[in-house]
Amino acid sequence: MTLILRRLPLLVVLLGAISAAVFALTQALPGDPAFIAAGGGDATPEMIAHARARLGLDRPLWVQYALYMRNAVTGDFGRSLVNRKPVLDDLRTFWPASAELALAAITISGVIGIPLGVLSAVRAGRWLDRLITPGSVFLGSMPIFWLGLMAVLVFYRVLDLLPAGGRLTIGLTPPSAVTGLLLIDALLAGNLVVFIDALRHLILPACILSLISLAMITRVTRAAMLDILHEDYLRTARAKGLSETRVVLKHALRNASVPIVTVVGIQLG
Amino acid sequence: MPRFLQGGPWVLTAGAVVLVAAAMTLAPQLFTQRDPNAIAFLERLQAPSLSHPLGTDENGRDIWARVVHGARPTLTAALSLIGLSLVAGSLAGLVIGASGRRSDEILMRVTEFFLAFPQIIWALAITSAMGRGLVNCVLALALTWWAQYARLMRGQVLAVRQREFVAAARALGQREWWILLWHVLPNCVSPVLVKSTIDVSLAILLLAALSFLGVGAQPPLPEWGAMVTIGRKYLLDYPWYATFPGLAIFVVVLALNILGERLRDVLDPTSRSPARS
Repeated sequence: MTLILRRLPLLVVLLGAISAAVFALTQALPGDPAFIAAGGGDATPEMIAHARARLGLDRPLWVQYALYMRNAVTGDFGRSLVNRKPVLDDLRTFWPASAELALAAITISGVIGIPLGVLSAVRAGRWLDRLITPGSVFLGSMPIFWLGLMAVLVFYRVLDLLPAGGRLTIGLTPPSAVTGLLLIDALLAGNLVVFIDALRHLILPACILSLISLAMITRVTRAAMLDILHEDYLRTARAKGLSETRVVLKHALRNASVPIVTVVGIQLG
Repeated sequence: MPRFLQGGPWVLTAGAVVLVAAAMTLAPQLFTQRDPNAIAFLERLQAPSLSHPLGTDENGRDIWARVVHGARPTLTAALSLIGLSLVAGSLAGLVIGASGRRSDEILMRVTEFFLAFPQIIWALAITSAMGRGLVNCVLALALTWWAQYARLMRGQVLAVRQREFVAAARALGQREWWILLWHVLPNCVSPVLVKSTIDVSLAILLLAALSFLGVGAQPPLPEWGAMVTIGRKYLLDYPWYATFPGLAIFVVVLALNILGERLRDVLDPTSRSPARS
């Protein structure tokens, strides 16, 4: 807890520095936003001056920066230059989908990565263990955006097993938004058809995305387990006559869980 | 054969792949006679055939020619990114490691600050402010990447400065900066070099991802990541378009990773992954 409190100021400083750097860069750019806002081409000097006043561009730089920061802190991120909608609305629309995907991906990589790491530590040096390093080098060498396209190609075009994109088949009514996460909302509404359809849409991107953290989680789990497997208390547990599974899962994995939880948390970000 | 290449068929194959990629970068004409930007609308989106081994794109350009010519922007961008970070970071690390405790503390906080920068988001911000393009992406990433080398180098310098030969050089009355450059630096480079080989592959992936997002290489430059982006639009009906440039990235990155791991085993046995010790 104290660690989190100590890290928070650093985060604030970091965000501040990035925003300041971006702000400074936009100032250094050639081109006058007031000219563009006034309509470009045949804008009169009066129109440009008016646009400048409206946008607050006639004030000193530090005032502009302070305003920009105040708006950002109070949740006003301005309007998108692309679709003129408030940026915050866009964030609200797309955030649940991103969150759902990230949660699903981290779940998959945890569910596969942790047992894989445990197994390869328990049987260190055997074939499974010796496959893990080359395997993670192999998977880690693929550009993830390309792997996703290839997966769509195989599972949608060639095998015709899964949909190509989107979150639901067109025509299905999404469940009323409680959490915004389709899977959970569908379960809460007891709507199994929507649940399965959403799952079919989610599974492919989630699996692809999970590959990024899978290698990391497997390696950390393996290292943490290897550190612990030779401890005395495990020998004691074995001497008590506990089954090997119980020793590994209850005594070893629980004690190895700190770095594993940490890396899962980091990977979620 | 150098010891470095005696690592079995995989290492040899990886070496060959890297050689071919280097040749494509230096002399693409050796591999194709076609102009990568020659537009021929009559031949657009053709499947792979004898005259177009990898097919053609939406402008009838030969994809093999574009993949071959794409090696240069893709690889030089990655190499210059790592080169810049390597030189700047190593020098910074040398200075940090050689300075006193107080300045060491401050400088380490500075590098931490750069390490905490989310690279892709930072590059997106920079390119939205300074304009899109491969050069701006390289500069944006180098601005944060050097810190990794600085930290690695600092650790090495601190360790090497404790060694007897440094004390001996000092006892001989040599100047401090001379000792640093002549005795300390050469003994610090191997982990840094190992990291840089593996980092080149990371840099290729990251720059390709930025090109894929549309802020890196701009059309009509034949860059692999950018080609995948355009090919994505034609994915379902003309799958070869996105497949081959991505495959090129994958093969080169895999080869560099294999060589990097091998280089680590040869140069720097201490940091070998526990799997093989």
